[in-house]
Amino acid sequence: MNVAVAKTGGGRAVSDLFASAEGRLSGSPDVIAARREAFESYERLGLPHRRIEEWKYTDLRALVGEVLPLAAAPDAAALKRASDAVKAHAIEGARKLVLVDGVFAAELSDVKALASEVSLMTLREALQKDAGVLKTVSTDAVIALNAALATDGVVLSIADGAQLSAPVQIVHVATAASVSVFTRSQVKVGKGARATIIESFVAAGAKTYQVNDAVIIAVADDADVAHIRLMDDAPDAVNITSQFVTVGANTKLNFFNMTSGAAVSRLQGFITLAGEGSELSINGVNLLQKTEHGDTTLVVDHAVPNCVSREIFRAVIDDRAHSVFQGRIIVRPDAQKTDGKMMTRALLLSDEAEADNKPELEIFADDVSCGHGATAGALDDTLLFYLKARGLPEKQAQALLIQAFVGEAIEQIADDGLREHVIGMAERWLERRS
Amino acid sequence: MMALLEVKDLKVRVEEREILHGLTLTVNEGEVHAIMGPNGSGKSTLSHVIAGKPGYEVTDGQILFKGEDLLEMAPEERAAKGVFLAFQYPVEIPGVATMTFLRTALNAQRKARGESEYSTPDFLKKVREVSKSLNIPQDMLKRGVNVGFSGGEKKRNEVLQMALFEPSLCILDEMDSGLDIDALRIAADGVNALRSPGRAMVVITHYQRLLNYIVPDFVHVMSRGRVVKSGGKELALELEASGYAQFEAA
Ligand SMILES: Nc1ncnc2c1ncn2[C@@H]1O[C@H](COP(=O)(O)OP(=O)(O)O)[C@@H](O)[C@H]1O
Ligand SMILES: [Mg+2]
Repeated sequence: MNVAVAKTGGGRAVSDLFASAEGRLSGSPDVIAARREAFESYERLGLPHRRIEEWKYTDLRALVGEVLPLAAAPDAAALKRASDAVKAHAIEGARKLVLVDGVFAAELSDVKALASEVSLMTLREALQKDAGVLKTVSTDAVIALNAALATDGVVLSIADGAQLSAPVQIVHVATAASVSVFTRSQVKVGKGARATIIESFVAAGAKTYQVNDAVIIAVADDADVAHIRLMDDAPDAVNITSQFVTVGANTKLNFFNMTSGAAVSRLQGFITLAGEGSELSINGVNLLQKTEHGDTTLVVDHAVPNCVSREIFRAVIDDRAHSVFQGRIIVRPDAQKTDGKMMTRALLLSDEAEADNKPELEIFADDVSCGHGATAGALDDTLLFYLKARGLPEKQAQALLIQAFVGEAIEQIADDGLREHVIGMAERWLERRS
Repeated sequence: MMALLEVKDLKVRVEEREILHGLTLTVNEGEVHAIMGPNGSGKSTLSHVIAGKPGYEVTDGQILFKGEDLLEMAPEERAAKGVFLAFQYPVEIPGVATMTFLRTALNAQRKARGESEYSTPDFLKKVREVSKSLNIPQDMLKRGVNVGFSGGEKKRNEVLQMALFEPSLCILDEMDSGLDIDALRIAADGVNALRSPGRAMVVITHYQRLLNYIVPDFVHVMSRGRVVKSGGKELALELEASGYAQFEAA
């Protein structure tokens, strides 16, 4: 059992956390070295706070304060609970890869069914060979901490030309309270391949836990990928996820994120369009209530010419919750004919709800079409009255209008079943409203 | 004959200004009443207060519906009890499919009355029947409520709801505004089909034209927040000839 708590900001050493975890973090000598280096970098930086520009609206020192001790590997009882949670959150037809408290659980995963279509390793296995997966270009403290402490994850490779017959669903299950979980996964999609990747974050009884996940996705040329991330964490949880995505040429990538649940969450996505002629569709919904804080931070880097990117983001904020959307579009000097648009809208359901919007365009090419728009406002009273005059009680009238509001983002999901699943999550969120 | 709606000496303020200055009106079951009057006389205000729209302050008088105090009820309660207002300006609700809206509303009303929800096939059958009689194409029902509807389509959509919800009091606010003669005839036929001994209608209009299609039992003239004259259907024709000026001067 690990008992160390990493204090931050106050200058107290956080090395206990790493020292106590090190036994779990085996790997080749260069892996150990990479982890140590990453940890030292984290120790220098500490948890991000408001004076770090990228974290201005999400001050983890204030919101989270400390990193909880590393979760122990799940025992039989934990796996049983996880199994029930996985069933409850199942997506029909999807082939599951389940991580329980940060450890791959083969017995809950559809390894056999997947083996014929993808090549699969756990992070632990991958790190026996080399430290590649731990390396990302970033100076972000939470990413460094992830590299230092990631216990497990999945390393997937989809071959050139492969057409996956079913979605792959990576399910993160939390069963333990008062712990932190670090996972890191990698997905490589081959040239001309077609795949749907789903990531789900769910709780199995656990209430207070911290997730720090990192995902590295590389999509080759001529591919067609749908990537759906569904965050359904416990109300007291913390979920910080970092994504690094590179997209090749003539590829279609359709990403959707749903944030619902978690006291504090941040999805930070760094997406690079590295091949010409690709189309990126990035969509997301934040559903926040009580005192929840949900942050979606996206950097879309048009590094080459002739790519299209579209971002549609919707936040519904109730009670005293706080939603953050930071969207940056970078257009490099060479990236002529870039077409990049971003539209974000926030719906404030209470006077104390808060939305921060920070769209940024950094354009270094001259022949581009880029733009962004942002709105924030309450539900339209005229529409509410019309619905009430037709017999809908206040809450139901609101629910219908909220569903329509988030529908503009959800309808970007092409697959009918997945779209219905996401609509179901939104409906459950609406039912949880007080 | 039972009194369905009793408006007694109703005084209403909007933003500190009195709009209705003691309006009295009784509508019995099975009757069709027309309320005519110049623009700004308070016709829509009356209809909104009956439907429960926020922003109106009732300073005096009362409204009874089937003997119950309507002003004590939330708008959705009034709807479930059988009050229906066909709006002068029906709103557009993007992202809420008309079909979803109709089903949600109908079932909400039934639930409030302690009735069972409609099964999907029963509901679809009913919507199909009614929409066909109103010349509303099925694909219109898949679109967002009133989104991209023409003026005539919006009004027909109001009549469609009226037919589906089967209210006992229908208030039609300027149903004829913006409609050409064909559209008016279709909508009026839809309304006439709903006339029944247990149901009353209040037809609000500026023009006599509508009353050629929906023939009222009683006509009331409103001016400056009051009913200033009541009579039979011949009153509408008189007004057509003489205009509202005589009442405005009063
Ligand atoms: N929301 C409002 N705020 C201020 N004045 C209003 C409002 N609604 C109506 N009025 C005023 O009340 C009077 C009656 O309006 P209305 O009921 O719409 O008349 P009608 O439907 O007979 O044309 C008008 O003078 C109008 O300007
Ligand atoms: Mg009017």
